[in-house]
Amino acid sequence: MSLSQFARLFPYLKRYRTRLLLGFLCVILSNMAGSAAPWLMKSAVDSLDQTLVPDRRATRYLTDDLRDTHNRSIVTNKKLLSKNQKDHISKNLFAYGLLIVLLALLSGLFLFLMRRIIIGVSRYIEYDLRNNLFAHLLGLSQSFYHQNKTGDLISRSMHDMHAVRMMIGPGIMYSANTLVRLVIILPLMIYISPNLTLFAFLIVPVVAVAVKVFGAMIHHRFEKIQETFSDLSSNVQENLAGVRVIRAFTQEGTQTEKFRLLNQTYLQKNVDLIRVWGMFHPILAVLLSMGSVFVLWFGGRELITGNISPGDFVAFNTYLTLLTWPMIALGWVINIVQRGSASLKRVDYIFRAQTEIFDNSVAVQAFPSNHPFQGKQSSSVLAVQDETESNQAPASLFEGRIDIKNLSFSYNGALVLRNINLTIPAGSTYAIVGETGSGKSTLVQLLARVFDPSQGQVLIDGKVIQEYSLKTLRSQIGYVPQETFLFSETIRENITFGREKVEKAEIVSAAVLSHILPDIQGFPLGFQTMVGERGITLSGGQKQRTAIARALIRNPRILILDDALSSVDTLTEEEILKGLRAVMEGRTSILISHRVSTVKFSDQIIVLKKGTIVEQGTHQELVESDGYYADLHRKQMLEDELVEE
Amino acid sequence: MQIHEEEVLGQAYDARLMRRLFSYLMPYKTWILAALLIILVTSLIQVSGPILTQIGIDRFIATKDLGGLNQIALLYLAIVFVGFFLGYLQTYVMQLTGQKIMVDLRMQIFSHLQKLSLSFYDKSPVGRLMTRVTTDVDVLNELFATGVVTILGDLVVLFGIVAILFYHNFELALVALSVVPLLVIITIVFKIKARNSYRRVRTAIARISAFLQEQMTGMSIVQLFNHEVRSFRQFEDINRGHLRANLDSVFAYSLFYPAVELVSSLAIALIVWYGGGQILNDDLTFGELVLFIYLSEKFFRPIADLSEKYNILQSAMASSERIFKLLDTPVTLQQPERPVQLNRIRGEIEFHHVWFAYKRVDSHSKSLTDGSQGDWQWILKDVSFRIPAGEAVAIVGHTGAGKTTLINLVMRFYDIQRGRILLDGHDIRSLDVLQLRRAFGLVLQDVFLFSGTIASNIRLDTPWITEKAIHTAAQDVNLSEFVATLPNGYQEAVKERGSTLSTGEKQLIAFARALAHDPINLILDEATSSVDTGTEKRIREAIVRLMAGRTCLIIAHRLSTIQRANRIIVLHKGEVREIGSHQELLAGRGLYFKLFQLQYQEQEIS
Repeated sequence: MSLSQFARLFPYLKRYRTRLLLGFLCVILSNMAGSAAPWLMKSAVDSLDQTLVPDRRATRYLTDDLRDTHNRSIVTNKKLLSKNQKDHISKNLFAYGLLIVLLALLSGLFLFLMRRIIIGVSRYIEYDLRNNLFAHLLGLSQSFYHQNKTGDLISRSMHDMHAVRMMIGPGIMYSANTLVRLVIILPLMIYISPNLTLFAFLIVPVVAVAVKVFGAMIHHRFEKIQETFSDLSSNVQENLAGVRVIRAFTQEGTQTEKFRLLNQTYLQKNVDLIRVWGMFHPILAVLLSMGSVFVLWFGGRELITGNISPGDFVAFNTYLTLLTWPMIALGWVINIVQRGSASLKRVDYIFRAQTEIFDNSVAVQAFPSNHPFQGKQSSSVLAVQDETESNQAPASLFEGRIDIKNLSFSYNGALVLRNINLTIPAGSTYAIVGETGSGKSTLVQLLARVFDPSQGQVLIDGKVIQEYSLKTLRSQIGYVPQETFLFSETIRENITFGREKVEKAEIVSAAVLSHILPDIQGFPLGFQTMVGERGITLSGGQKQRTAIARALIRNPRILILDDALSSVDTLTEEEILKGLRAVMEGRTSILISHRVSTVKFSDQIIVLKKGTIVEQGTHQELVESDGYYADLHRKQMLEDELVEE
Repeated sequence: MQIHEEEVLGQAYDARLMRRLFSYLMPYKTWILAALLIILVTSLIQVSGPILTQIGIDRFIATKDLGGLNQIALLYLAIVFVGFFLGYLQTYVMQLTGQKIMVDLRMQIFSHLQKLSLSFYDKSPVGRLMTRVTTDVDVLNELFATGVVTILGDLVVLFGIVAILFYHNFELALVALSVVPLLVIITIVFKIKARNSYRRVRTAIARISAFLQEQMTGMSIVQLFNHEVRSFRQFEDINRGHLRANLDSVFAYSLFYPAVELVSSLAIALIVWYGGGQILNDDLTFGELVLFIYLSEKFFRPIADLSEKYNILQSAMASSERIFKLLDTPVTLQQPERPVQLNRIRGEIEFHHVWFAYKRVDSHSKSLTDGSQGDWQWILKDVSFRIPAGEAVAIVGHTGAGKTTLINLVMRFYDIQRGRILLDGHDIRSLDVLQLRRAFGLVLQDVFLFSGTIASNIRLDTPWITEKAIHTAAQDVNLSEFVATLPNGYQEAVKERGSTLSTGEKQLIAFARALAHDPINLILDEATSSVDTGTEKRIREAIVRLMAGRTCLIIAHRLSTIQRANRIIVLHKGEVREIGSHQELLAGRGLYFKLFQLQYQEQEIS
């Protein structure tokens, strides 16, 4: 474990250093108050026979005989006390009791503050860290999301974050507490009896070694359990996902048998852990109880020989008890730190991921995605707020002319687009048709810089798109994706997604144009209807129309409909297109579709096949040329007849 | 934001659930009783330390009896070691039993899932079902392994201490224990506060998780619509809610622990003051004073721990409720009580006026026109046809005509609402489901591959399929050439969902799977996705070999397959519209003629 692997946390710890220092101060104060109480107890107990021998240490110089008499006094001689003396001692005892309570109050106060401050700081750091992690995630490009499973990323931002938090909070608090307590109590114990302390602490190295050895073993075996558990989970996952195949091939029995075997393995791994884990706590208990045995035996001898007083005996034992819990906690802390540092690495994996879509504009530098934490005071949170203000500034408007020059794109080693050359004049409507996998969606995604081309360029208004800020570029593009994704928010929020301060009229007009308004008005809560699991389930067509409204409300200069009407019936499609044609007037529009009815009014139709443009022309031209498009046209006329049947 | 049912917490104790949970303990009652006995002993050992110290002081130290002191110290040491041994034994037995119960529970859930009908699967996301088998069971483990049993141990310790204190000195015991009501009040207040913030924390965690899930899935939309800043602000809000709930919880805990220690100190102060006075009056020995101080220290930790266990109990109740709900989901697909045993299946399939719907139109109309026929959203309407044994029938039709549903029904993945489906003249509902399904070899459009090897995906876990049969099957469906190119041949690893294989290769594996199982009937849903010409040729040949000598029901997309079929059934909007041979139907110039032009004609050219 090197210090550098905790580097990610330094700025955060630094940010809360004042509070942390205050927390440490509370650790010290609470321990000071806490360890004073046993000392008072010692005085109280000693006061019971104080009256007899004012200076206990003087007995060391007495003859054996006399010392014998003195020691017997512990139990016998108090009968000789007068009523007055008894009252005096009684008053003293009451004072001691009061002091003990007062000290406990003080210790409790600082204990409260310590927990609240240090655990609180860990919560604040967790909050900051998670904010920054999400900010970073917001800036990562699609290729990152393709390479990493969402489930894994969530597990890193939840479970691993939790482990890191445990390391910062309880980890720091308990190690500080153990250390401080040891530093304060050890001298007191040595003062009472160096010999007794030596005996009691003979165990400490053993405890430390035991904790370390067992910690490592437990950690190792625990990892094995996690591995088996992961096997178990994926087995269940596959069984559930492949339920049809399993039923069809009557594999239920063998699947259950397989699951039973995995369960047995899992059980075995757990037993392996239990063997060690079960020993861990009893061993600690044994070692620590041995301290008490030593105190009774050796302390008893010291008491008999008069080297220590009864008060010393009581205090010493109490001190030992005070050290017990922190000692056990130490083993726990080591565990927490081990898990925390492993998790920190997994969290760091996300932080270290770089976006492939670099934003060259200065304007967006303020956004935290590439600078999750800029040290000192400027947290990402502040940076984002800066950005918010600049959000109000009007972006420059595009004309909308698109030039695609010698563009090629490969993804995961496969060439998706090769050498595309295309010019789309500002304000025109172009359509792209082609088979699944021909690269249609990829081509339009390159316009919005979801990916960057491997070769060649895309220019808008004569300027390479990489020279615009991402924000400017994307704010000019209204994109309706192939797979509609809506968020579980209200319909209103889904339509105004990405825009702030939208007039009601704008929302309604976008809803009218996309033909979703009648549907929305049919919902009891209208625009405030929740979408998704907690709300209403929209049909495929309703979703697509909502997505169209979401694109239109941006009033974009470039409108991209990526097969956006596939789930809408032909009649509605025609209605929507009628409305859209007015919207598309004066805008650059790109339509991707399988339907001739959708694309036939376009200025130009492009046919893509295996990443290259194979046909281009108007509807009439292509129908006459007897290529892919003409074939598509013929088929769809047949299909229409069929549907009407 | 979605708050899943997983996060709803109910009572910490529910007698009905508890009783049911206890039934899982029954098979291990000997072990559990043994563990309880051990706990009893270890709890006594826990309080024996202070007692031995008291005896040591009063009997031996006070009388300067070094020998006696040695003896009692030795006894103490011996007890410590016995305590160690028993402590280990108890943890081992309890944890092991807990794990075994978890295995039982997991197996029960898993087996139940194997019986539930596919309509149940249609409604339940895989992720949620997985949680039942994994996370929820683990939460229960916590309860069995630590929760219940240690609570018992804690109680024994508490009562033991009280008994000892009163035995030694009634007055001082009263004084020392006078702080207990205070402790109880503190604990109750804390419990309420902690439960409240615990709930809020759980909800906040669920919200963060759901939000992240959604945002990451829709990240491209977030970015394309410049929603990053707003997304961030939303996240910050949820995250802040989490922070606040946690800070409240931190506050409660920060207050609770010191408060308990304060009460504990108060008790000690009382003991010192009152007990000291008693010593002066000779009503108390010095050893007893020490005993009271030590025992009162031991008194408070179990009480503080009790509230911790409350959380465990609460989550365990919530988890067990969800598990039992799943286990109580009835198996709708009923096996016949006395299934008709077919000695030899010929393979004749008949649909007799079959009506089928997956669901009712929607919940509104359901409540309005309760139970009436118009309720159902019919996918198949009065479908009748017969496939004589050994014949092949191709089903064609437009998307949504109900073709795939036919397959689901003949395999009895769903039960029909009206009519009958017959195999060799027997209603399939009167047959043993496993026997019925074994008669069919199924190849679906989307090939599902399990992680494992090529061989394991062909054989699945069917025991009677030999290595040789796998090879033969692979050879027959033209898969062997491909397998030969793999470094590990048939033992080549297949990753989750076969992500490293092409569509064509997956198809061929599915063919080999069906062929190796040597079914009487073949059910094939041809994949529509296009493959390269080489693979296409191999698939066509493979289909020919698959069909040979079998009764076949094929959803056809290939002209070659259709032409090989004895008859063609044209399904349109859930109804059988035309039945006949290729030539007959073409001549009829009906629906098939149009479909042919639309989908199959160009295949003729190529």
